[in-house]
Amino acid sequence: MAMENPATSQIPVAGGAATLGSVAKNSESLSATRKKPLEIALFWIFALCAAVTVFTTFGIIAVLVTESAPFFREVSLARFFGEKEWAPLFNPPHYGVLSLICGTFLVAAGAALFSLPMGLLAAIYLSEYASPRARNIMKPVLELLAGVPTVVYGYFALLFITPLLQNGLESMTPTLQRVTGNPNLFPTIEVFNALSASIAIAIMTLPLVASLCEDSLRVVPRALREGAYALGATKMEVSLKVVVPAALSGIMASFILAVSRAVGETMIVALAAGASPKITLNPLESIQTMTGYIVQVSMGDVPHGSIGYQTIFAVGLVLFCITVLMNLASISLVKKYRHKYD
Amino acid sequence: MNTSSLSNLADKAMSESPTRKAETPSARNSTPQFNVAMAAAGEQNATPVIVEAEKINLFYGTKQALKSVSIPFHQNTISALIGPSGCGKSTFLRCLNRMNDLIEGCRTEGEVTLSGENIYTKGVDTVMLRQRVGMVFQKPNPFPMAIWDNIAYGPRLRGIKNKAVLGEIVEESLRGAALWDEVKDDLKKSALGLSGGQQQRLCIARALATKPEVLLMDEPCSALDPISTLKVEELMRELRGAYTIIIVTHNMQQAARVSDTTAFFLLGELIEMGASAKMFTDPSDKRTEDYITGRFG
Repeated sequence: MAMENPATSQIPVAGGAATLGSVAKNSESLSATRKKPLEIALFWIFALCAAVTVFTTFGIIAVLVTESAPFFREVSLARFFGEKEWAPLFNPPHYGVLSLICGTFLVAAGAALFSLPMGLLAAIYLSEYASPRARNIMKPVLELLAGVPTVVYGYFALLFITPLLQNGLESMTPTLQRVTGNPNLFPTIEVFNALSASIAIAIMTLPLVASLCEDSLRVVPRALREGAYALGATKMEVSLKVVVPAALSGIMASFILAVSRAVGETMIVALAAGASPKITLNPLESIQTMTGYIVQVSMGDVPHGSIGYQTIFAVGLVLFCITVLMNLASISLVKKYRHKYD
Repeated sequence: MNTSSLSNLADKAMSESPTRKAETPSARNSTPQFNVAMAAAGEQNATPVIVEAEKINLFYGTKQALKSVSIPFHQNTISALIGPSGCGKSTFLRCLNRMNDLIEGCRTEGEVTLSGENIYTKGVDTVMLRQRVGMVFQKPNPFPMAIWDNIAYGPRLRGIKNKAVLGEIVEESLRGAALWDEVKDDLKKSALGLSGGQQQRLCIARALATKPEVLLMDEPCSALDPISTLKVEELMRELRGAYTIIIVTHNMQQAARVSDTTAFFLLGELIEMGASAKMFTDPSDKRTEDYITGRFG
């Protein structure tokens, strides 16, 4: 397509002596040599690479739908979304996926609560306040955090954050008892709990948020900052009232990406959040997320083809839908808040 | 344009100056330059000096960008700074509201006085300074918010919260910048939807909204088409009575058209300054003549 008409567009400026006939002849021979097989081959190689991503997506959708279809023939959607308990391997089985969704969002919301504001503030510091030297040291270190394998974060949550939380709560217990006036109050944190998984995921997504936010703050044109300074704005007013609103589209995108990561995060929750699906908002309890459940069943000895096995496709489908919805939300938010600067 | 609202603006600016003086009495008392300025003004049959740069040396790192530049600017006049690219005229302009402070490794020596007060002494609040010395930039830089909020931005920084008062300022400023009739029904719409020329007039209105004494314009028309340029020039002439305008321009016709005095810069030095009429017809320096006749630059 792009190489459609190279001959006409690339006729060289002919020398003064060239006649009309010789120019036409030249252009003919040009068109013959320009349509190299390599060009055509490259076109198809590029197109194929682009197509792979699309085919993969459709492949995943196809597998999820066909594999979970037998499950939904057995279990109605009303039961799937209506029941309060998730225990597909028990007798009688319960298929209330809401408890897994609840666990997922409890962990993701907890993580977002820490990582989004902290990431944004870190980005504002890096972009607006830090000296170039400080930024050159801090940004690579921050991005290093993103390279830590999630299994490390999982153990970090289980063996470091959880004991820390437990000790902290223990030492605070007398104060809590005094404040509430209840001497029998002994709040406890379970060994597996949503909170420490949330904190670990927050630490994991923090560099993502900070780095992406910083990128979008930095591309806000210098002219805009100067405009605000010239009106007598302080550094804080420039940062918060002009630069951040101008970068809102990128900030939103990074937020949603971070939440998507938190929703889809597997290793940390599988290790630290526990395996007891329930509908709760208490982050100190053990819960189970959708991803955690899929790991548990995939690793276990549930026979292939059984309804217990098919549940992971049903849960996977739900997870997939949630992620797609969040991506769509992200795209529309980015569009809504995007400002064009040339 | 709307002259009544303009004179209105002027009145307000006038009526506000006594209160400003009251704000900083200590600085106002020690103004030996003021007498000098008056003398100079008498000579030229002009208004008193409001901004005066004295022996400004400016360095970017080790590179000297301005060499001992001294210029007085008279109240309620338009002064143009001309010269080839890289001659330091924009840098000099940015000295007058200390915008160069924002540039890493930039060092300024010398004095700039605003109504007799040195803006480079320790303890000067650049925030206060920039509210008194407004600035319009080369490229229109409206904030990504509604037109109304763009104009109200400056007054809000000064603590004005009352919507009705802000609304008045917004209308007054937009009228002052000859933009009101075009945008009065779209005040809630994003300023980024305006055309380039409208955006630049919006930026002028935004600068006027803080009621500055001095308005710095850094090539305000270089990104505009001829019709918008004409509008902005018309606007400058209308603002002339109420504001002191200092404009950097590459367009010598523009300098000749709008300015009372013109200063010619070359390689960081002030070569010549004088009444624009004389500068463009009978410059005293050969280099000025070469530049304005287009022999280099």
